[in-house]
Amino acid sequence: MVYSEKVMDHFMNPRNVGEIPDADGVGMVGNAKCGDIMQMFIKVSDKGIIEDVKFKTFGCGAAIATSSMATELVKGKTIEEALKLTNAAVVEALEGLPPVKIHCSVLAEEAIKAAITDYYKRRGIEMNFAPSEHSCCERDCERRKN
Amino acid sequence: MQDNNKKRIYADNAATMPVLPEVVEAMLPVFYDNWGNPSSLHEEGQRAGRALEAARTTAAGVLGCRPEELYFTSCGTESDNWAIKGAAYAARNKKNKIITSKIEHHAVLSTCEALEKDGFEVKYIGVDKGGLIDLDELRQQVDDKTALVAVIMANNEIGTIQPISEVAEIAHGAGALCFTDAVQAVGSIPVDLSKLGVDMLSLSGHKFGAPKGIGALYIKKGVRIRNLLEGGGHERGRRSGTENLPYIVGLARALEIARERMGDMKRVAALRDRLIEGLLAIPHSCLNGHPTERLPGNVNVSFEYVEGEGMVLWLDKMGISASTGSACSSKSLDPSHVLLAIGLPVELAHGSLRFSLSHANTEEDIEYIIAATREVVEKLRKMSPIYPGYEAIPPIPTER
Repeated sequence: MVYSEKVMDHFMNPRNVGEIPDADGVGMVGNAKCGDIMQMFIKVSDKGIIEDVKFKTFGCGAAIATSSMATELVKGKTIEEALKLTNAAVVEALEGLPPVKIHCSVLAEEAIKAAITDYYKRRGIEMNFAPSEHSCCERDCERRKN
Repeated sequence: MQDNNKKRIYADNAATMPVLPEVVEAMLPVFYDNWGNPSSLHEEGQRAGRALEAARTTAAGVLGCRPEELYFTSCGTESDNWAIKGAAYAARNKKNKIITSKIEHHAVLSTCEALEKDGFEVKYIGVDKGGLIDLDELRQQVDDKTALVAVIMANNEIGTIQPISEVAEIAHGAGALCFTDAVQAVGSIPVDLSKLGVDMLSLSGHKFGAPKGIGALYIKKGVRIRNLLEGGGHERGRRSGTENLPYIVGLARALEIARERMGDMKRVAALRDRLIEGLLAIPHSCLNGHPTERLPGNVNVSFEYVEGEGMVLWLDKMGISASTGSACSSKSLDPSHVLLAIGLPVELAHGSLRFSLSHANTEEDIEYIIAATREVVEKLRKMSPIYPGYEAIPPIPTER
């Protein structure tokens, strides 16, 4: 298994690591049993623009790199634009991922969406975005158990 | 520290080792001057045949068996497949049961699973926290339907060394054969087939300084198993395929060197103990495997709140080669079956790190590995959402 230079760069020098104490939305996906947990914090302006985004991730090189890239892709975007983020876009921006690591990009997409869901919830808006077609890590774990 | 890329510290000797210069030296003349086919009647063939039997005699001498009990193969996996399938199919219709452990190498586990699909009954014996096989469970399981008991001599991940002579005694008590996968053991600990009591033993050259692509299977005189490879009847009709003479000569030389250097394994074990001590000084860590019944070069430690692949990638960047039992480093996304078998929670199995040392490692290497691992664990914990809070790692303990 070989990671692209871009993946290694985002793993070794992850962008936007940390927490936002007064975040407008926080989302956490994955679980330790699967070996990946991602937590996303977003700060949203009055105009609905994601002014700041930070992440914390427990996971492999690809998990850290996809989290980092996902934050780069949504920073400065509107909430609506951020909701259009797909795992495929994360993979493409990272110049590819090994097939067994694709689930990490799905998790990164879901982490962003979880933070946005929380942002809407705090503002009293119920939000239902369609769950990803790809199997996420947690569902993989459930399947393996059964 | 992360810029220190000049010198590399290789601490993944359980995966493979560099070929020893003395072994290359022994092999080169065979490529140049003794390239004949040992089966040929002419001068070139006869010379090759003599070198083949000389290598077999040397290797058998180190292992404590007769030359005619040693069969050269292409690798450890072939030896494992041959021993298990060979014993199973030879006993079929009379005996249908195979007993093995839960912490075998995949070469054994996958072979047993294939036999299950073909109608054999396979029992997987559990191990304790340290990785030692449950001998009582083994005693309960062996019966007159058992064809084979297959137990790994020393585990590749956690290094636990099994009481193989006792296992063999229990197997023989029920009339079963006993096979041990000694791929990690040979070269690291003394293996004396004249005393061990097993019927078959597998070994692999690249784990002790011979090249990849050469292994051997010991089959005790009188033990009949089915052939795996049919063909021109090489290896006294039991393993066909033109003998890989240069590598066989290399394997024999590597075995001799391993015997000569066995005394130095005490030094390697001291390095191992120092490394374990240094790593366990990092909070929220634990040792995987047995505290004493352990290969002299094996260190396996888990760190909470971090994931193994990230640690391995960072250590690599810092010039250190290690490995992990984390799912994220495997093709299956499941964490190591060995770590789960010793009762390690899945979360901790994901955070495991294995260092496997050799003669080539020094005290300076160990101190550098400890310092680098501390830095990496701290770095990854800082970005871990499940880490309860920043906690400085206490200073490095002073050397004994």
